[in-house]
Parts: sequence; C-alpha cells; structure tokens
Amino acid sequence: MHPAPAPGVFAGTANVIAVLVLLLEFWMLRQALLRDQVRLYAAQSLVVSVLAAVVAATHHLPELYVLAVLSFALKVVVVPLVVLRLMHDTSEEIAGSATLGTASAVLVSIVVAGFGFFTIGVLHLPSAVLPTTALSVSIGVVLIAFVLMAVRRDVVSQAIGFFSLENGVSLASLVVAAELPLILEVAFLFDLLVAVVVFGVLMRVHHVRTASLSTAALNRLRG
Amino acid sequence: MSAVLVALVLVPLVPAALAAFAPVRAVKAASLGAGLVCFALTLALVPAAVGPGVQVGFLRVDALSAVFLLATGFLYPATAGYAIGYLHGGHSEAYLRRFYLGLNVFAWSMLCAPAVNGLALLWIAIEITTVVSALLVAIEDTDGAVEASWKYLLLASAGLGIALLATIFLYYAGSTVLGNSYDLAFPPLLAAAPELPHTAVRLAFVLAVLGFGTKVGLFPVHTWLPDAHSEAPTPISAVLSGSLLATSFYAVLRFHQIAVATLGPRFPQTVLLIFGVGSLALAALYLLDQHDIKRMLAYSSVEHMGILAIAVSFGAPLALFGAMLHVLAHAAAKGNAFFGAGVLVRKYGAKRLSRIRGARGVLPWSAPLFLLAILALAAMPPFGIFRSEFAIVAGGVQASRNVAAVALVALVTVAFLGLSAATTRMIFSPDPPPDPAGELVRGEVSAWMVAPMVAGLAVLLLLGLYLPGPLADLLTHAAAQLQGAP
Repeated sequence: MHPAPAPGVFAGTANVIAVLVLLLEFWMLRQALLRDQVRLYAAQSLVVSVLAAVVAATHHLPELYVLAVLSFALKVVVVPLVVLRLMHDTSEEIAGSATLGTASAVLVSIVVAGFGFFTIGVLHLPSAVLPTTALSVSIGVVLIAFVLMAVRRDVVSQAIGFFSLENGVSLASLVVAAELPLILEVAFLFDLLVAVVVFGVLMRVHHVRTASLSTAALNRLRG
Repeated sequence: MSAVLVALVLVPLVPAALAAFAPVRAVKAASLGAGLVCFALTLALVPAAVGPGVQVGFLRVDALSAVFLLATGFLYPATAGYAIGYLHGGHSEAYLRRFYLGLNVFAWSMLCAPAVNGLALLWIAIEITTVVSALLVAIEDTDGAVEASWKYLLLASAGLGIALLATIFLYYAGSTVLGNSYDLAFPPLLAAAPELPHTAVRLAFVLAVLGFGTKVGLFPVHTWLPDAHSEAPTPISAVLSGSLLATSFYAVLRFHQIAVATLGPRFPQTVLLIFGVGSLALAALYLLDQHDIKRMLAYSSVEHMGILAIAVSFGAPLALFGAMLHVLAHAAAKGNAFFGAGVLVRKYGAKRLSRIRGARGVLPWSAPLFLLAILALAAMPPFGIFRSEFAIVAGGVQASRNVAAVALVALVTVAFLGLSAATTRMIFSPDPPPDPAGELVRGEVSAWMVAPMVAGLAVLLLLGLYLPGPLADLLTHAAAQLQGAP
C-alpha cells in the first residue's frame, strides 16, 4: 500500500480504538473462563461505545452521544448481566471444549484477520474523511468472531461470539456510516436487544433440557 | 392507497395483541380474520403498485415489493386457518397463546420487510423475522426443536451480521454521491447508483448475497434450513419455506437492483448463478435420499431458491418474469406440500417416510392434495410452477445461457425423481403400515387442515392456466424493475 498522509485526531483515535477492539477479540479467543469472556465482551463494548462518543465529538454529531449512551447501557450493562445471570445457575466455568487448541485457534485467527485486513486494504476503497485502517481492522474483528463461534462448543461462547461480531460491525458502521440517521442506529441496537433476549431464552431452554452449556449434544439433526 | 398500506402493517398486530389476554378461541378467529384482511389489502395494493407505487412515511410499495407481499399475504391466512385444525386438542393454553403471538408477529415482520423503504429498515425487518421465527421453531420444546432453533438463530444472526456489513458498505458507497447523511431509501439510491464507486458496491453485493443468502437457504450457507423446517410446528414450516425464504430473497434482489445499475449485469448475475447452481445441485442430490418427509420438503425449498437465483442470473425479461411468478407459485405449492405433510405426520404419528404408507386409502382428501402439491412443486403442468420454470428456462435460452439452462432442467429433473419416488411410495404403496393400536382409520384429521390446501390448489391452477391481467402486469413491472426500470 502506498504511504498514507499522517492521520488526523479522529483517524488516529479511531485506529487506536479499532486495534483495541481487535486485541480484546483475540483475548476472548484465548480466554477459557466463561465469566471472564463475558467481562471481556463488556470491555470490548465499552471501547466501541467510547468510539461513538469520540465520533460524536470530532464530527460534531450530538445525536451520536445518544447512541453512545444507549450502546453503553445495552452492551456494557444489560447484555453481560443477562448472560452472567443465566450462568448463575450452572456450575460450568470453563469453555474447555474448544475443537482447536488455544494456540492453533489464535494462529488461525491471525491468518484470517490478516486476510480480512489486507483484502480491504487491497480493494482500496477511496475516502477523503474516513480512516480506512479502522475499517480493515473491523473486518478482522468480524472474521475472528466467526472463528470464535466455530471453535467453541458451548452456548455462552457462541452467543458471545455473535455479540462480538456485532461489535465488529458496529465499529465498521461508526467509522463508515457515522451519519446514518439516528433512528436507524437506534433501531439496529433495539434489534440487537431483541436478539439478545432470544439468545438468552434459547440458552436457558438448552441449559434446562441438557443440564449443560455444551453444544456437543446438538448432533441429532443431520442429512 | 396509502391507508391500505398503513393498514397492512397494522392489522397483524391486532391478533398479536389479543393473544396476550383474549380467549384463545377469539385469538384463533382474529388471526384468521387478520390474515384474510391482509390478503385482501395486498390484492388491493396491486393496481397501485403497477403504477408509480405507494409511499407513506417510511413505507413504500412498488411492483417488486408487491409480489413478495402477495406471497406472504396468501400464506398468512392459509396458515392461520390450517393452524386451527393442527392445534386442535392436546396443547396448553399458554402454548396456544405463545403460538398465535409468534405467528402473527412473524407474519407482521414478513409483511413489513417488503413494505419498508430503504435497505437499513429492510435489514431490521429481516432480523425481526429471524428472532421471531427462531422462537417459533423452538416452541415444541423437544431436543430436536431446541437444537434446530439454536443452529438457526446462530447461523442466521451471523449471516445477518454479514448482511449488515453489506448494508454499511453500500451506505459508504452511496455517501460519495448522496452526502454523509441519508437513510438508504431506494429511489434516491437507485437514481445515484450509476455513479457509485464500483469496488464498494461489488463488495456490498457479494456480502449481501452471502448474508441474506443464509436466510434464503442458498448453498453453502443453507445448513440451518432442513433442521429448522423439520423441527418447527408444521404451520410454521409452511410459512418459513413459502414466505420467509422468499422475503429474504427480496432483500438480495434489492441489492441486485443497485448492483446492476452500478456495475452492469455481468458481475451480479455471475454471483447469483454460482450460488443458484450450487444450491440446486446440492438440493437435487439430497432429495434423492431423504428419510424424513419435512426434511425432504425443506431440501425442495433449497432447490427452488436455487432456481430463483438462477432465474435472476439469466437477466432476460422472460426469465425475470418467470422468477416473479415462481415466488408466488412456490409459496402456494410449498405451503400446500407442508400442509399435506402435516396431515400425514399427524395421522401416522411419524415423520419418517418409511412409516407413511398407503395414504390414499386413509386420507381421502389430503393424500391426493399432497400428491398434487408435490407434482406442482416438481413443475408438472398445469400448475403455476410449470409455467414459471418454463418461462425461466425459455428466458435462459433467450439470453444464450444454454449451459446453465440445460443444467437447470437436468437438476430439476433429478429433484423431480427424488420427490415423486418418495411421494408415490407414501401415497400408493399398498403394504399396510404397522398399526398395532388400530388407530389408522379412514378419514381426515380436520376440515380446517384441508380447506387451505384447496385454496392453494386453486391459486396454483390460476397461476398456471389463466394469469389475471393485473397480476400479469404486476409481474411484468417487477421484472422490468429488476432490469433497471425505476
């Protein structure tokens, strides 16, 4: 890639935050304790919410503060609480049932994230105002979330994998589509809330039926 | 007309609200009533949709969306009626309330998806269909249902995550022309499409096909589909298959419209052709060796979604007309097939094909109706799917896509073989099934379960033999829109 001009304050902040989100995603991947995984998700969401506030300040979009607050309330407080509450009834602590070892999973993720990062770089989506690096990083986050969902064999990790995928998409949308009308952003968040509730309901049903959080028993339907 | 459109997205909420407190009997009647009203409203929208379209606030209906509204508009009352028979006896009141709440909200979300104006709202509506239908799949609370529902929710949500990414990339592409603050409504986006940056639109289109394709059931992201369709209560399976898959395909078509306007037809058509042929080939092969009646129908859905994708990839007006007709005919035929399968499953107490034998002697109405539905699905004349697939193949030949057209015919024939072999064994096989309890007496389970099939058959015949003028206009307009008309 050709050398880019020095990034401004917004681009710099956005890039730093994007990298933080990516690192947290990697951390989630290697974290075996379910509770800590949920906390990592909360931390990742917090970083994304901060980015919303940063965008609001640098782009002079006061309505994004609303989004930042909503996103904080929902993804840093409500979702982790719902999931942790669900885990209150179970003695399972460890998502040890990964199909890949931690090292292999991280290696796979590095390759996958690199692929995502450089693909977006090579496509060279031109933009005068938007930090393309942060966009590339967010694609990396989305791809690692897929790895996380694929290698873990318990409902909590899979759900958290999906929620962190959504964080990756939020990151991309904050970078690329910050000025999307607020009503739509709020609708997206509301949708996430509904999805969380449904995930919660199904996790509970699963837990009640199988007395376990593992998805290893979910192998009856095939063909 | 705008009042009609607003009513359409409000009416299903009435029985949904009633499900919380009203007597169950009233909820059933209200659901059926709301379904019939919605069907009448979608029909009433047809003439206006052929013209300039109807727009109120963030709702907008044009010819393309009206086609998909009709599919849902027909299946909604049919399913509500069928459910009255299907759920007769043996269910707790709480279950029935949950079921009707779910069914009506599900129908509402599927009516909203084609009726909203803009890609962002469309994504939101499709996401709502996912969460509602995932709960409906799990409603039986068996091991299989919970497994199917979890897979469905996880895969479809991940797919929709990708679709959201696609939406954002398109927003990004659009912001270069429309400025940084716009709401992704269709008309301005389509008007600006020729000037959008190509790479971003290309990326958005591929992501949209993959993301929404997860919900459509396109290969290789179809894996949730057979599970969810087989484990859901049968009325829900019918709506999932006949209406939800098509509604998700509608989202793909909206991206297709923009991609064609920006990139020209070649690239989007190639992408759809690959996904379509893959889905059709996979489904045709799986259909040859199925042991479960509802899984068989589910793979048939994958097959038909593949056909739709191929039809759109041909790009010829005739093929696109066929695709639009196919959406309607498939909704009626697949609804009927699932309704029939539901009766068979109820009567024989088994979903395994090998346990269902000699149905002709046991179910005087449902067995022939099921057979006719399968024949319709397998594109036998004189039903609607014959006409639509004929148009699609003819369109393919017209567009000089001979190889793809031949592959389409060959694979559809393989699918026909699988479907018809299994079905004739179920209906005509003379050896009596094991029936130790002696419960297999001749007679229908419920007239409520037969009536929707008769209606579906009438629709299939109508679409196949005599396409009413306004409907033909609608399909032609929708096809023209897919080619780039405003």
